[in-house]
Amino acid sequence: MSHLLEVKDLEVKFALRFGDLTAINGVSLTLDKGERLGIVGESGAGKSVTGFAIINLLSKPGYISAGRVLLEGQELNRLPEEDMRKIRGNRISMIFQDPMMTLNPVLTIKTQMIETILAHANVSKTEATDIALDKLKKVHIPSSEKRIHQYPHECSGGMRQRIVVAIALLTNPALIIADEPTTALDVTIQAEIMDLLQELCASEKMGLILITHDLGVVSQVTERIAVMYAGKIAEIGPTQVVIHDPQHPYTQGLIKALPGSLQPGSRLNQIPGMMPTLTDIPPGCAFHPRCTISDTICRMEVPALISRHDHDHMIACHVVK
Amino acid sequence: MENDNSLLAVNNLVKHFDISGGLLEQLRWKNGRIVRRKTTVKALNDISFSIMPREILGVVGESGCGKSTLARAVLGLYPPDSGEINYQSSRIDNLTPHQMLPFRKKMQMIFQDPYASLNPRMTVKRTLEEPFLFHNKSATPTEVKDKVEEVMQQVGVEPSWITRYPHEFSGGQRQRISIARALMVDPEFIVADEPVSALDVSIQAQILNLLMEAQEKRGLTYLFITHDLSVVEHFSTRVAVMYLGKICELAATSELFESPRHPYTQALLSAIPELGRQKPTHIKLKGEVPTPIELPAGCVFHGRCLYTDERCIREVPQLISLNSGVEVACHAVEENRI
Ligand SMILES: Nc1ncnc2c1ncn2[C@@H]1O[C@H](COP(=O)(O)OP(=O)(O)OP(=O)(O)O)[C@@H](O)[C@H]1O
Ligand SMILES: Nc1ncnc2c1ncn2[C@@H]1O[C@H](COP(=O)(O)OP(=O)(O)OP(=O)(O)O)[C@@H](O)[C@H]1O
Ligand code: SF4
Ligand SMILES: [Mg+2]
Ligand SMILES: [Mg+2]
Repeated sequence: MSHLLEVKDLEVKFALRFGDLTAINGVSLTLDKGERLGIVGESGAGKSVTGFAIINLLSKPGYISAGRVLLEGQELNRLPEEDMRKIRGNRISMIFQDPMMTLNPVLTIKTQMIETILAHANVSKTEATDIALDKLKKVHIPSSEKRIHQYPHECSGGMRQRIVVAIALLTNPALIIADEPTTALDVTIQAEIMDLLQELCASEKMGLILITHDLGVVSQVTERIAVMYAGKIAEIGPTQVVIHDPQHPYTQGLIKALPGSLQPGSRLNQIPGMMPTLTDIPPGCAFHPRCTISDTICRMEVPALISRHDHDHMIACHVVK
Repeated sequence: MENDNSLLAVNNLVKHFDISGGLLEQLRWKNGRIVRRKTTVKALNDISFSIMPREILGVVGESGCGKSTLARAVLGLYPPDSGEINYQSSRIDNLTPHQMLPFRKKMQMIFQDPYASLNPRMTVKRTLEEPFLFHNKSATPTEVKDKVEEVMQQVGVEPSWITRYPHEFSGGQRQRISIARALMVDPEFIVADEPVSALDVSIQAQILNLLMEAQEKRGLTYLFITHDLSVVEHFSTRVAVMYLGKICELAATSELFESPRHPYTQALLSAIPELGRQKPTHIKLKGEVPTPIELPAGCVFHGRCLYTDERCIREVPQLISLNSGVEVACHAVEENRI
C-alpha cells in the first residue's frame, strides 16, 4: 500500500554568498492516512525547514537540493508552482506558531474563510459560508455565527489559533503540518487545541505532522516520533518506545535532561556543549563532540539510520545498534 | 502575610497601566455627548506575599497575567499605584533613586531574553566589570580582575569569551553571561523572569543547574518566574499561581502539585502534558480568557470556573490560609464546596 506522504533522502540547502549550507541532510520518513507523527529536536535542528520543504514553500535562499517528496504518490517537488499552489491549502495545510502568519488583520474571519474556500472549490457564497460555520463549530468556537463577523484582533490568542485550525480544515486536507502550534499558548488552551487535532485525525482520517520542541506534548498526541539533530533524523519510531526506551545517546540525553522524574531540587542531567551551527557541523556523527559513548569511527563516518529488531524503530548511531 | 523574618514582603500591591494614548484618542461620542474615556490595563491587583531568606518562590500563570510586571515592581523598576514592598523590613517602594542604591546591589534581575538585556556594544569583560565598578567605586584594578575571574569560573564563562560581543554567543551562552553579570555584585536576592524559557531542554538543564549551584554556594533567595510547570516543580520551594493580576493559590511546591486547591490550579496541573503517560482527560474550562482591561467583577476566574455561583460573580475572594498552610483565594474552597 502506498503511503499518504513519503519523504525520501530529502536534502535542503541555503545558497549563501560564501557557498551553500546544508540544513537538511538526508531526511526520510513516511506518514499514513490518519497517522500522527511528531518531529522534535532543539532550535535549529531543521524541524521547520523540513515542514516547509514538504509543502514546497522554502523561503528565498533555501532550496531542495536532492530527494523526493511524494503525497498520495504524486511527486511534489517537481511540480510547477501553479499546480503546487492547488495542492497547498487543498490537500496539505500548514499551521504556524503565530496565528497572524495565516490571518489577515484587516479582513473579517468570514471574508478570509470564504476567500480560501472559493479559491479551491466550485461553490456558491452561501455554501461557502455554511462550510466556514461548520468548521468553526468543529473547532469549538462558541457562538460562531457572531464570531465569524469579527476581526482577528477581537479574538483571544487561543481562539485565533483555533480559527487558524478551522481555516486549515476548510478544504478537507489529507495532511496537516502544525509547526509549534501552541508554543505561545497557556497549557489549558494548548491541551484543547491538541485534543482537537487528535479528534480530527481520527474523524477525518487526516495525517498530522506535529513539529515542536516539547517532548511532553509529542508524547501525548502522536503515534510516532522523529528526533532531529543538526539536519538529520537521529532516531525515529513508535512514540512510546522512543520515550520509554530511547536508544540514541542524544534522545537519551534529551529525555534525561527533563526535570520530570528526578527528586526536586537535585541536579538535572545536562548534555554538555551545544548543537553545532550549520557552518561548523563536525565530521562523522554530528553529535560526537557531546556524546559520552562515542568511538573513533564516530569522528570519521556518518552513521546511517538503521532499523532495530523487527519493528519500525530506527536509530543513527555507530555504537548503539 | 506579615512576617518579620522575611527577606521580601509585598503587601496589597496594585499596578495599572494607562494605555489610553493621547487626548484625542481618549474622546468618545456617547449619547450625544463627547466623553473622555481612559483605558487601563489592570496588571496587578492587590498582590500580597512574602519570601523567606534562601527560599525559591516560583511564580506561574498564563501569558499576560502580570508575572513580569510583578518582577519589575518588586525591583522598583515600576512604581506601584498602591501597596507596599519591604526588603528586610525597610520599605523600598517609595525611595528616591539615590536611597534605592544600596538595595539595587542586593537585588539583581535575570531576564528571559538575554540578548535584549545585554548591551550589544559591550564586550563580555565590560559587561561584567561595569556593575561591579558602579557599586564598588574604590575597587583597585586587581580587585576587579579577581572578581571577574572568580565569577566567570563559577558560571562557566570561558576566559576566551572576554573580548567578544553578545551577538557572537548562543542563547545559552548569553544567559550564562547575564547570570555572571548579576553575580558580580554579590546580590542576596535574584529575580529571574523566565530565565530558561528561550532555551532548549539540553541547555535549560545547564542553566538551571548553574542557578541551583549559585543558590547553594551563596545562600541566594530567588523569585523565579516561569510558565513551565515542570521546571517550577523541580526548582522552587514554594509556588504562587497567578491569574489576571491576582494570586489565586500559594503553597509549598509538593503540596501544590499533590493537592491543588484552586479550580484554576487544578485545571492547569491537569493540562500539563506528561512525558510518556497518556493522560485520560484534562479539566476542560469553559468560556474565554478575559482581558486585564475589562477585569471581571467578583472572582477574576468566575467566567471559566466550573464551580462558579452567585457569590463568585459578586464578591472578590480574598487569599485565606488553610490549615495545611496553603493560601487560596476561592469562595468554593472556603465554603468547602470543593
Ligand atoms: N533563510 C535562511 N537562511 C539561512 N539559513 C536558514 C534560513 N532558514 C533557516 N536556516 C537555518 O536552517 C537550520 C534549520 O532551521 P529550522 O528553522 O528548520 O530549525 P528548527 O528546528 O525549526 O528550530 P526552532 O526550534 O528554533 O524553530 C538552522 O540552522 C537555520 O539557521
Ligand atoms: N509597560 C506597559 N504598558 C502597558 N501595558 C503593560 C506594560 N507592561 C505590561 N503591560 C500589560 O500588563 C499585563 C501583564 O503583563 P506582563 O508582562 O506582566 O505579563 P506576563 O505574565 O509576564 O506575561 P508573559 O508570560 O507573556 O511574559 C499585560 O496585559 C500587558 O500587556
Ligand atoms: S471563587 Fe468561585 S469562580 Fe473563583 S475559582 Fe473559586 S469557585 Fe471558581
Ligand atoms: Mg522552527
Ligand atoms: Mg513576562
